[in-house]
Amino acid sequence: MTTSAAQTAHSHHYFVPQPSIYPFILSGGMFLLALGFILKMNGFAPGPWVMIAGAAVIIYVLFGWFGKVIAESQGGDYRAWEDKSFRYGMIWFIASEVMFFAAFFGALYYVRIISVPELGNMVAEHGVTLYPGFTGAWPSSGPKGPEFTPMGAWGIPAINTALLLSSGVTVTWAHWALLKNNRLHLNLGLAATVLLGFIFLGFQAYEYYHAYTELGLTLGAGAYGATFFMLTGFHGFHVTLGAIMLTVILLRCLKGHFDSERHFAFEGVAWYWHFVDVVWLLLFVLVYWL
Amino acid sequence: MSVATTHPGEHHEHHPSGILRWLTTTNHKDIGTMYLTFALIMFFVGGIMILAVRAELFQPGLQLMQPEFFNQLIGVHALVMIFAALMPAATGFANWMLPLMIGAPDMALPRLNNWGFWLLPPAAILLTLPFTLALFGIGDGAIATGWTFYAPLSVQGGIGVDFAIFAVHILGVSSIMGSINIIVTIFNLRAPGMTMMKLPLFAWGWLITAFLLIATIPVLAGAVTMLLTDRHFGTHFFNAAGGGDPILFQHLFWFFGHPEVYILLLPVWGLMPHVLSTFSRKPTYGYTAQVYSFIAIGVLSVIVWAHHFFTVGMPVPALIYFMFSTMSISLPLAVLFFCWIATMWRGAMSFETPMLFALGFIVLFGMAGLTGLVLADVAADAQYHHSYFVVAHFHYALFAGGIMGVMTGVYYWLPKWTGHMYSETLGKWHFWLTVVSFNLTFMPQFFLGLAGMPRRIPDYALQFAEFNAISTVGAFILGFSQLLFAYNIWRCVKGGEKAKDQVWESAEGLEWQLPSPPPYHSWETQPEIK
Ligand code: HEM
Ligand SMILES: [Cu+2]
Repeated sequence: MTTSAAQTAHSHHYFVPQPSIYPFILSGGMFLLALGFILKMNGFAPGPWVMIAGAAVIIYVLFGWFGKVIAESQGGDYRAWEDKSFRYGMIWFIASEVMFFAAFFGALYYVRIISVPELGNMVAEHGVTLYPGFTGAWPSSGPKGPEFTPMGAWGIPAINTALLLSSGVTVTWAHWALLKNNRLHLNLGLAATVLLGFIFLGFQAYEYYHAYTELGLTLGAGAYGATFFMLTGFHGFHVTLGAIMLTVILLRCLKGHFDSERHFAFEGVAWYWHFVDVVWLLLFVLVYWL
Repeated sequence: MSVATTHPGEHHEHHPSGILRWLTTTNHKDIGTMYLTFALIMFFVGGIMILAVRAELFQPGLQLMQPEFFNQLIGVHALVMIFAALMPAATGFANWMLPLMIGAPDMALPRLNNWGFWLLPPAAILLTLPFTLALFGIGDGAIATGWTFYAPLSVQGGIGVDFAIFAVHILGVSSIMGSINIIVTIFNLRAPGMTMMKLPLFAWGWLITAFLLIATIPVLAGAVTMLLTDRHFGTHFFNAAGGGDPILFQHLFWFFGHPEVYILLLPVWGLMPHVLSTFSRKPTYGYTAQVYSFIAIGVLSVIVWAHHFFTVGMPVPALIYFMFSTMSISLPLAVLFFCWIATMWRGAMSFETPMLFALGFIVLFGMAGLTGLVLADVAADAQYHHSYFVVAHFHYALFAGGIMGVMTGVYYWLPKWTGHMYSETLGKWHFWLTVVSFNLTFMPQFFLGLAGMPRRIPDYALQFAEFNAISTVGAFILGFSQLLFAYNIWRCVKGGEKAKDQVWESAEGLEWQLPSPPPYHSWETQPEIK
């Protein structure tokens, strides 16, 4: 063992933020939101009010906490070392989101390949007819499910695919512009991305309306309805979050934040957007098309 | 490993005082202390619940409670012990020790770290609130499905299921935040020169744990979300009428549930070599082999889940696959056992309390592995499934493996944390009372299971009476012995013989170069590893 003179790889101290009350309040808000939701689902009158209180607390914290982070970032507290932490953090956060969607894709796989065909095939395999007339062909709402028309792939879903793919291109355009310090193209690219995101959401809302009013396709429409709405619904929720985050980034760009060297927030949101994009492609193929 | 240090504690502490210090802290040591304290409290909460259960089981017949309440107690007991005691204890270790061991100034994302902790109390409240609400006539009590939430029981259950679903969601967010923080800290904040293959094994164990959490907690979140929509929003994920299947729930749950048992143990496996090498006064045997075993176990653990429901009806090839893949986990596990024993081989061993717990861990946890192999055998499992044999198996794994592993760590590091030595006499009493009463409690449960007593049942046939009575007596001794543990910790926090910086004479690693207790901020200037 040899001891050499002290020498460190980083010339500055790692940034450890000052004590902050926001995380504690955020947890309180989440508690209220969950409690309110539980009460509401079980028919207790105060439920919705408790939910609103919880949501308000959460929104307050989001403004306060992110405001603080942005101030720290603008104040130069984050350098390359901290930046790397944020990047790793974002990557593993997105990884966890991937697994969340995997659960629902897994459920889709299971009902399509295993449970629905089995319910129809009892005759062949076990010599019993559980549900006369039920063949187990996909799309299906199960042996006792309601009648419905499945959602076609080549109308709105195809348009939405085009919209999201283009938004992936525009956000990359914005990124290149940022790297080249071209603020105009940066802002244009981001604005286009945000716009495409919101148009996507508009179409999605219309599609849901159409499904509920004309196709008889609802959450209650058996295996198809459940997997359809859970997958597209959680995806839509993520697009909403992504679009809101992109809007914040756009506003920050308009205020002159970020430069070609330091723009983790921009990239983190862009990664998130691409992730949402990839999930959509899987949805398009596995839910709508095949 | 050699190290160049500048004076480790440089900055003075500045933080709010009183309760605000704890609500707002971004300091890894404060947060670690909160995690550990919370875990200890919840350990007693979960313990009281199960003592009520054991009291009911003391004799056949129903004496103390209705079956509904009995079911609520066992379910919440398990959820509390797993999510609110064992997991937070391990995260507390990570928070306290990782930065000290790898020469980092703090955890990489300190505010997120604070959030990860403060999500736990709300979740614990959600989990236990239905008990209280029921007293006021609201709802019919807590979740009564056992910790596994199986559909359709959980679809039909009362408001307690909803509370448990959201508790699990919040606990999941906490685990994911904790895991992200740990991964980032290990990757980005290691001292210069500390390559991955010089990382302390404790850090390796936690790294794999964190990956497993990120891979499986979201799947559990998805599963309970589907459960929620089946309950309240008309979906049919777990209902054959709509083309769904209750067994789908079991797949989703155990895709999380099996890795979860390794999540509970990998931090402890990481800790063991440190303790064994210290008290055997020998370097760790087979560092590389242990690292690769951790990785192998992590990978294997996500592909074996269906061994928890062999009996539901599966195609034979699936049974065979899940049987052999499950059994194959014992290979890397055996490598770990071998390394632990080889580390002690011909060492100059001494038997302080942490070492006693480590040895107890090795012997008793070995029983868990062996009985696990029995359960992994499809043909045998048809008889043992859902019997007390399974209960005994996983308590050898989770109490003797998990909880006693955590106790090993607490005794090992307590002097570092507090700057005082705990009472060795009390520690030894605690150890012996714990091992003896643990075996008194759970050994008879193997026999009960073999004889056919089903688990999760408040009443039983007469021939099971003796073993149940013994088990209950053991459980009460076990429960009350833990008061010694709490008292010993409390005494040690208050005062006692001063601990040296390097508490144990042959302990190695960066953490022992810092004063005991370490200053509020440590390694602000990172040490360099040669
Ligand atoms: C070689 C090692 C192991 C093997 C082969 C194994 C195998 C099994 C099998 C096949 C079952 C299902 C039994 C049944 O329900 O019929 C089971 C249950 C269980 N095991 Fe293990 N196991 C091993 C190690 C562990 C470890 C290390 C832990 C915990 C840290 C653990 C915790 C559990 C738990 C909690 C259950 C029961 C879960 C429940 O149904 O509530 N096992 N084990
Ligand atoms: Cu398992």
